[in-house]
Amino acid sequence: MEAIQKHTGLVYPLNRTNVDTDQIIPKQFLKRIERTGFGQFLFYHWRFDDEGKKRPDFALNKAEYNDASILIAGENFGCGSSREHAPWALLDYGFRVVIAPSFADIFYNNALKNGIIPIQMDKQQVGQWIQQAVESKFTLEIDLEGQQIIDTKNNEEVHFDIPAYHKEKLLNGWDEIALTLQLENEIAAYEQA
Amino acid sequence: MRKPQTIVNKIWNKHVVHEEKGKPDLLYIDLHLVHEVTSPQAFEGLRLNKRKVRRPDLTYATMDHNVPTKNRDVVKDEIANKQMETLRKNCEENGITLADMYHPDQGIVHVIGPQLGLTQPGKTIVCGDSHTSTHGAFGALAFGIGTSEVEHVLATQTIWQERPKTLNVKVEGELGPGVTAKDLILAIIAKFGVRFGTGYVIEYTGDAIRKLTMEERMTVCNMSIEAGARAGLISPDEKTVEFLKGREYVPTGEAFDNLAKGWLELATDEGAVYDQTVTIYAEEIEPQVSWGTNPGMCVPVSGSTPVLNEVQYKEDVQRALEYMGLEENQPITSIEIDHVFIGSCTNSRLSDLKKAAAIVEGKKVKPSVRAIVVPGSFSVKFQAEKAGIDTIFKQAGFEWREAGCSMCLAMNDDFVPPGSRCASTSNRNFEGRQGNGARTHLVSPEMAAAAAIEGHFVDVRRFTGVLN
Ligand code: SF4
Repeated sequence: MEAIQKHTGLVYPLNRTNVDTDQIIPKQFLKRIERTGFGQFLFYHWRFDDEGKKRPDFALNKAEYNDASILIAGENFGCGSSREHAPWALLDYGFRVVIAPSFADIFYNNALKNGIIPIQMDKQQVGQWIQQAVESKFTLEIDLEGQQIIDTKNNEEVHFDIPAYHKEKLLNGWDEIALTLQLENEIAAYEQA
Repeated sequence: MRKPQTIVNKIWNKHVVHEEKGKPDLLYIDLHLVHEVTSPQAFEGLRLNKRKVRRPDLTYATMDHNVPTKNRDVVKDEIANKQMETLRKNCEENGITLADMYHPDQGIVHVIGPQLGLTQPGKTIVCGDSHTSTHGAFGALAFGIGTSEVEHVLATQTIWQERPKTLNVKVEGELGPGVTAKDLILAIIAKFGVRFGTGYVIEYTGDAIRKLTMEERMTVCNMSIEAGARAGLISPDEKTVEFLKGREYVPTGEAFDNLAKGWLELATDEGAVYDQTVTIYAEEIEPQVSWGTNPGMCVPVSGSTPVLNEVQYKEDVQRALEYMGLEENQPITSIEIDHVFIGSCTNSRLSDLKKAAAIVEGKKVKPSVRAIVVPGSFSVKFQAEKAGIDTIFKQAGFEWREAGCSMCLAMNDDFVPPGSRCASTSNRNFEGRQGNGARTHLVSPEMAAAAAIEGHFVDVRRFTGVLN
């Protein structure tokens, strides 16, 4: 996965709770055998109508969000199916950061494995940023090393928590399997015990 | 004396390969189940890095999500075909046992694991599928993983995991007649919400749980993920041992006796402490029907859809009602249905089919309703046919299918058309889950069967005369 230290990007606000992975990427697009190419299907049934035409009322379709790379959503983001196609689709579409008051466990892990930073932030702050991003173009700066989110417009800095080992992996873009295989002796010893 | 422990901690402690302060534990995996949809990219990753499958002997694969259930020989979808072909090739190259579409052991991955006895108490089990929690019914620590983790387990037979917090969901009393394990788990999720289990492993305890059969326990554990918990389990008891005895992958004779003794010792010790405990009373539970677009949006069949001014997340409720084509405060029994689906890893086992068949026996499906039964595995289908259950369904006007996931997620040709309404025994009522624009109501097999006959939801207890 690609290492990520800092990221500055446009915020796309998705003011919905319990956004499940069936919505992030519907099942008819899970049949590919590659990891790439899923971005076009992101939020498919919210973005497109039954004839495949863009729904003008779904905000992500609006030109002002074309370059969005930070997604902010409501509680329990990524619940439901374990499909890693969900973070693949987000990444492929251009999202590198997802901010929400809470995440479903499997999605949180899947995001981390793909170099997406999932940031848990209190509900009130999330609400505020969603509001800002709905009103006008709104950019945030993520400093993973310093664990800060910088809102340059309002000149504010907000700290965020992320487990140290996840942070380290994201910062370095490490291949987790290679790291684990360094523990080969211990795995083999366990198997023999 | 040793400190009392929960089953989760006992299993965990036995599986830690490596621990380091400030890091998750490296946990050994005893059984890795694989299916066609979430595995191709994992095998491809191994290939690109010139890595091998470490323990093909602890890995078991089947095809379930994509397989056709009408005519096995017709896979219309080229991409689906390619995905199944890829699994075949991957299993062959890596020496992994595969129950493919024509194999007698084929079925939904969470149905065949227990059926074959691959699922056993105390095992750590993973699968690239969130309903892996089903296997927890046997006192296994079983959870769903993503494709990168599938690749990690294939390569190392381990996974990095943080020791989970434990949540005791205590179910006191006994379920009333006509009230099922499905109603119980739906009521639990409706009461405590779709995220109350996040970060926890749930252990279901209490009299009502002990009284459940193994198949009923699977239904309960299956939906743990719908409460946000990656895993849900039940301490093993004599029923667990009895169920597993004689199954294909379970040892026999003295080896079995020793194994069984160890299984029983895994049960949570008297006085063990959980991080949290919630209690629910089985007597208070009625047959449930979901009205909205997540499994927590669920009410008793005697109830109505919510009143907008009385709910906390008004926008979400409004959106859900709109999607479902329902009014606020609408009685559940007034909702008419177009489809009935009896199947999925939640409710497609022999006992589920038997109970649904008992409801429809000698009756006819309402002509406006299309009803299908999809057994969870080839073996379930075979046994049902031996018992004449297929005939009961067919005579009532149900379609009788081959085993697979089918209309639970509609990746194959079985789907609910846009705007149509389905009474479904599956586990998810998300927007578009059963087909683009499809409206899903989650219910028990008995409730689904009664709805098929009446064309709208009814309290199955009135239908059968348990209540009048
Ligand atoms: S039956 Fe449904 S929930 Fe179960 S494994 Fe298949 S698709 Fe998933």
